[in-house]
Amino acid sequence: MDATFRIFRGNSQGGGYQEFLVPVEEGMVVLDAVHRIQEHQANDLAVRWNCKAGKCGSCGAEVNGKPRLMCMTRMDQLPLEEPVTIHPVRTFPVIRDLVCDVSWNYEVNKRVPPFTPGEGDLWRWQQKDIERPREFRKCIECFLCQTVCHVLRTHDQKSSFIGPRFLVRAAGLDMHPMDSISRTRFLKEEGGIGLCNITKCCTEVCPEDIHITDDAIIPMKERVADDFYDPVRWLLRKITRRG
Amino acid sequence: MEELQSYTYDVLVIGAGGAGLRAAIEAASQGARVGLVSKSLLGKAHTVMAEGGIAAALGNVHSEDSWQAHFRDTMRGGKLLNNWRMAHVYAQEAPERVMELERWGAVFDRTPDGKISQRAFGGHSYNRLAHVGDRTGLEMLRTLQDQAVYRGIEVHMECIIHTLLRDGARVSGAIGRLRATGGFVLFKARAVVLATGGLGRLYKITSNSWECTGDGFALASLAGADLIDMEFIQFHPTGMVWPPGVIGLLVTEGVRGDGGVLKNSRGERFMFRYVPEMFKGEYADTEEEAQRWLKGDGAARRPPDLLTRDVVAKAIMQEGREGRATPHGGAYLDIASQRSSDFIKSRLPSMYRQFKELANVDITRESMEVGPTCHYMMGGIRVDPETQATTVDGLYAAGEVAAGLHGSNRLGGNSLSDLLVFGKRAGLYATEHANKQRGEPVADEAQISQAMQEMLAPFQSSGEEGPFDVLRDLRETMQQYVGIIRNEGDVKKGLEAISRLKDRAGRVRVTGTREYNPGWDTALQLPLMLTTAEAVALAALERRESRGAHTREEYPGSDDAFSKVNFVVRRSGEGFLVVKEPLPEMPQDIKKLVE
Amino acid sequence: MQDTAARRKGVGKTERRDTWWLQPLLTVVALGAFVAYATWVAFTGDNYWVEPYLSPFYSPLLGGNLGEPVLKLRWWPFTPAILVLWVPLGFRLTCYYGRRTYYRAFFWDPPACAVGEPRKGYHGESRFPFILQNLHRYFFYLSLVVVAFLWYDAVRGFVFDGRFGVGVGSLLLLAEALLLSMYSLSCHCLRHVAGGCVDCLSRRPARYRLWRWVSALNANHGLWFWISLSGAVVADLYIRLVATGAVIDLRIV
Repeated sequence: MDATFRIFRGNSQGGGYQEFLVPVEEGMVVLDAVHRIQEHQANDLAVRWNCKAGKCGSCGAEVNGKPRLMCMTRMDQLPLEEPVTIHPVRTFPVIRDLVCDVSWNYEVNKRVPPFTPGEGDLWRWQQKDIERPREFRKCIECFLCQTVCHVLRTHDQKSSFIGPRFLVRAAGLDMHPMDSISRTRFLKEEGGIGLCNITKCCTEVCPEDIHITDDAIIPMKERVADDFYDPVRWLLRKITRRG
Repeated sequence: MEELQSYTYDVLVIGAGGAGLRAAIEAASQGARVGLVSKSLLGKAHTVMAEGGIAAALGNVHSEDSWQAHFRDTMRGGKLLNNWRMAHVYAQEAPERVMELERWGAVFDRTPDGKISQRAFGGHSYNRLAHVGDRTGLEMLRTLQDQAVYRGIEVHMECIIHTLLRDGARVSGAIGRLRATGGFVLFKARAVVLATGGLGRLYKITSNSWECTGDGFALASLAGADLIDMEFIQFHPTGMVWPPGVIGLLVTEGVRGDGGVLKNSRGERFMFRYVPEMFKGEYADTEEEAQRWLKGDGAARRPPDLLTRDVVAKAIMQEGREGRATPHGGAYLDIASQRSSDFIKSRLPSMYRQFKELANVDITRESMEVGPTCHYMMGGIRVDPETQATTVDGLYAAGEVAAGLHGSNRLGGNSLSDLLVFGKRAGLYATEHANKQRGEPVADEAQISQAMQEMLAPFQSSGEEGPFDVLRDLRETMQQYVGIIRNEGDVKKGLEAISRLKDRAGRVRVTGTREYNPGWDTALQLPLMLTTAEAVALAALERRESRGAHTREEYPGSDDAFSKVNFVVRRSGEGFLVVKEPLPEMPQDIKKLVE
Repeated sequence: MQDTAARRKGVGKTERRDTWWLQPLLTVVALGAFVAYATWVAFTGDNYWVEPYLSPFYSPLLGGNLGEPVLKLRWWPFTPAILVLWVPLGFRLTCYYGRRTYYRAFFWDPPACAVGEPRKGYHGESRFPFILQNLHRYFFYLSLVVVAFLWYDAVRGFVFDGRFGVGVGSLLLLAEALLLSMYSLSCHCLRHVAGGCVDCLSRRPARYRLWRWVSALNANHGLWFWISLSGAVVADLYIRLVATGAVIDLRIV
């Protein structure tokens, strides 16, 4: 059986879809098809990939409109009677074909306050302490959450919002049992955590099944609320500071 | 003339996996100006694929463990062909490197008393692998990446090095191109650290990522550095064999470390029949004893499923040859009958997912089908065991691209700590070297313009070859002729094929533009890959015995004549020279440790 | 010139092929129906009590001419429901799950993942009025008070003329008290207070256990949201039908 692929070809100047016909084999994933096209029909078809095992998070694209890892999208999960559309992720500028410039993410990462262990801490802790940071550290930085998040995707607020990936990273550092600093001011003022309206698209697309919204963003929103939006706590702080 | 972006550093690190990052961090902390070149995006290096753990004699689970025991296991695993001093330094420093990772924020699994937990692995006589579920490599790489970011190290992402530049006899930098624009970029440096990883992509069936094309071996060799042990390529016994798209994808040894057992198509646990002479008495003799080991009985010996990788890979091949292979030509790996569903899901979450999503197999209920896959290069650039200096002035190497630590076979878990220990050392001594240099590094104009011409050549070629066709044929050639089991006739055929492929590589034509053009990348990669492939084949031809990962059909046993020699592959004119050199002699007190 | 921004803007603009519009549509219908029903119930001020049952919409009863009010606020000109309904209403409006649901279905912010939105300006929850969502914790505390009264009402629902008895209404009220407890106890704020605010949980074993327990409930917060909402409507409707004499309360014991 053959499947038709509509793949975006172009660069920062523009482009359009080009159609390819690919024979489908058992167990095939979308990235296999793209490689086949690259090998036989278009040597210069640009696609970013490394491991082809869902571990490096390089091959994100929008398959039939949904942000996904191409290496983990099986062909037998797609309706093949109509063409399969592959477009580069829409939140970041296209470099060429399916490859986008995701360097913004690396710049944002530099701003997150780093892991800061306390002085003289005994480096002993329990398995139960790492359940939370562990979930966040599963992140493979595929940036699909950044891609689907409407604050970045539709409203393009890249200057005021760090996006789900880095809210997760900040949460992982903040909840590390040995970390000694608070990131609430960073999240409120630089991170733009208030811009997140917890509509959970990030969680829906996460290939690592990290519960981004429930386990990272909402707990951090609560920590921010503790420090900045809780009138009773504010009053208590005032009193104890003066007393 | 074409515009050329230019950067000057004290230390240029090529490769941003575990070793490269650790080297860059060390150099930066020594005050060097550091440039880090990454072929992919930062954090995507093949290190993320490492699953099982980091071997280090912390002694958290078994307090009897010591650096001496780790040293002994490493040497014996490598069939004593290791550089003893490297293994010595390594076993002593590994624990400190792991603790350091924890100080930098890595969250390892814990023992009940709150220390870093350690799991059992093939060839290690104690539970020695510090781990983070089955995604230890990701945790390690992310922790190092965070440190590098925190120290403000300059990273050049998606940048492919084409040539190392020399100023007289010493290395003075490198030239390459940025994938995004196709623009050329020049790095001038007082010292260069190569940390480019392995060469799995030379083979058709491999667990390795896109990047592992063996560039570093060729770059170093072309710059005049010695390569040693190039015949030793580890084929991991458990790669996926089905479906076709994922053939070769790794199934962690942790599956066996956590109780998984190998069976043939008749359901027999065949590994009991394959315990080599050297390890007799160290492994369980019966299934009953193996089951007691699994239940935590300290007196029971570990099951033979946990023998070293070379032994297990060959056993699976042998079962297949004798007609007991599974439907897709491998062996069954069964953990479902050994452990509860919850245990499997919590200890091996990504294996569970990998099989569920890619093969429709639920490993908590069914057996996996596995077979050997090209996994790791023991050999590589010859380095000084303490400073990681290569035989070329100013050039250092660390990690998989460097040779010596693992001898003829690497133990699981030794690679991650190798990256840390020798990454740090390479960064340190490269900085020391850089500090001794006077004046700015000099880049030779003739070498630069030649490199740029070479890089542009495939666009101007009048040939008809497609880059991916040559690549496919190279991978098939290596798989067929210089694979797991070799013989003289095959390897010679392989060498002939490589020579024909070189001609074809010269006729490759690339279409499209220079922006992110994978056809162009592949075209330029081919000469380096062919150089590395040739070095492997030449060394495989010379070692007329079977030892560790190197198996010669016509010489099935080990031969004492080869037990204390390395084969050095050295560039000579347009070709290679293969030289037999004695291993460094072990001092008496060290020798006692391995006997 | 490539303009990805323009291509992804515009209501409903997407390359998705699935029925992404179904979920927001169902939500609008379900929540819309509930709001309409609740408004009507709040303003009728009648038929909310039939011995021994009190409609959950009127609990705790703070006035009115029916039933056994906890307090008789005679000066209050409206129905007693309005005195209390703001608590559960506020709790649900500021609920993290509720927010997700109505931001998507009513504000189309976004209607579904990777689907275009109608508005240009966007401030999320960083400005008034949505910044007030941060006060969710106080609605949680208040709603605990309401839940306590619902349990009181549920127990009261088993007492017929001073004797123990069981009617369909008793069971409905008991179910609703249980469901609302589950909804409240699965709240993200409680999860935070229980252990979410602690970094090193192993040093607080009691809080760790509580946190685990709330986390397990929290995984189904959305489910509890919907079934406790439906439970309230069913209980109220039943009491209303019994009160108007349309049905006769079935006594089991």
